[in-house]
Amino acid sequence: MVQHSHDYHIDIPGTTVFDGRMAMKGYPLNKMCYDFNRAENREGFRADPEGWMEAYGLREEQRQAIRDNDILGMIEEGGNIYYLAKLAGIFKLSVQDVGGMQTGRTREEFQAFLASQA
Amino acid sequence: MAQILGGITTSHIPAVGNAIDKGLQDDPYWKPFFDGYPKVHAWIKEHKPDYVVNIYNDHGLGFFLDRMPTFAIGAAHEYRNEDEGWGLPELPPFPGAPELSWHIIESMVEDEFDITSCQELAVDHGFVVPMQLFWPGAPNNPDMPRAVPISANTVQHPIPTLKRALDFGKALGKALRSFPEEAKVVILGTGGLSHQLDGARAGFINKEFDQYCLKNIVSNPEELTKISRMELVEKAGAQGTEFLMWMMMRGALGDEVTEITRNYHIPISNTAAGTLLLECAA
Ligand SMILES: [Fe+2]
Repeated sequence: MVQHSHDYHIDIPGTTVFDGRMAMKGYPLNKMCYDFNRAENREGFRADPEGWMEAYGLREEQRQAIRDNDILGMIEEGGNIYYLAKLAGIFKLSVQDVGGMQTGRTREEFQAFLASQA
Repeated sequence: MAQILGGITTSHIPAVGNAIDKGLQDDPYWKPFFDGYPKVHAWIKEHKPDYVVNIYNDHGLGFFLDRMPTFAIGAAHEYRNEDEGWGLPELPPFPGAPELSWHIIESMVEDEFDITSCQELAVDHGFVVPMQLFWPGAPNNPDMPRAVPISANTVQHPIPTLKRALDFGKALGKALRSFPEEAKVVILGTGGLSHQLDGARAGFINKEFDQYCLKNIVSNPEELTKISRMELVEKAGAQGTEFLMWMMMRGALGDEVTEITRNYHIPISNTAAGTLLLECAA
């Protein structure tokens, strides 16, 4: 019998709980993004994104999500938003841009949605 | 013995640092947020704390998933920020207080909290932005206290429970009050309130839940320990779990507190921004 003794998963629509399973799946993607804390790594990625993704051992699905600017795809592939935010920084995207990209809104529509909850 | 003056909470959104740099405090978008701080400034000027214990959550600068401490305490002589991948300005170092850090670590491990001690720790916006909000020009402010950073994991589940966070604060308070120095300490709890950056639910904000948390954290924080972690994700948003820092701060203050000021504003960036100043009974 399975004992659900942990405060573990409940289904929260539109939300991925970044747990050990996701952290393992996303490890190379998140590691590459974590290393964007350093400017030389951002420059390296900009100069040769494919080579950079290869060097970090990203899985093909992770590489394709990056090629497609597909944030939801990156999250499904185990990307954690705090590390992905550093990738977004390379493309000068704000968190409102990223919010819009994930919810099918323009930046302005996303900002209006935020303000509507006041 | 050291005395805990009180605790201050604030959101720590990176965009706030940018707004401070550009002097946007009176801009119509920013004014309702920055209006929450003059009373905090006056209180700090009046009480002049010697030490600041800054409880924040690292967002992927000081720690990565290779080693993710649930509770980490800085024990360094100084703390530096970095550009975090976004070209944030790199500031002069924040002065540390390693003798206080080690006192806290000794006391908390004796009380069965398993701590990761850090003799080097890069501090991110979760630590820096509140310092800039409370001590304008930080770290170049004549009243800048020496700092002890404490970071709790909210990046990767399992995160601590709300009860554990409150209990952590209680043990922290005990540690501070037994520090053998006539010194005044202020405790920061940074982050929150409700927000979600990721997924199809990005942009989620929950005013009703935030108001519930704000109300109870002042006089009835035990009530909030009934909230499960998944419920916190559901109601506060995936990144609203930063409310744990507020619980840690609150636990350290003891039972009796006086609310000096509060502010709540939607939105700043993607977040419901909250500020609260609680003074301890003398
Ligand atoms: Fe945060």
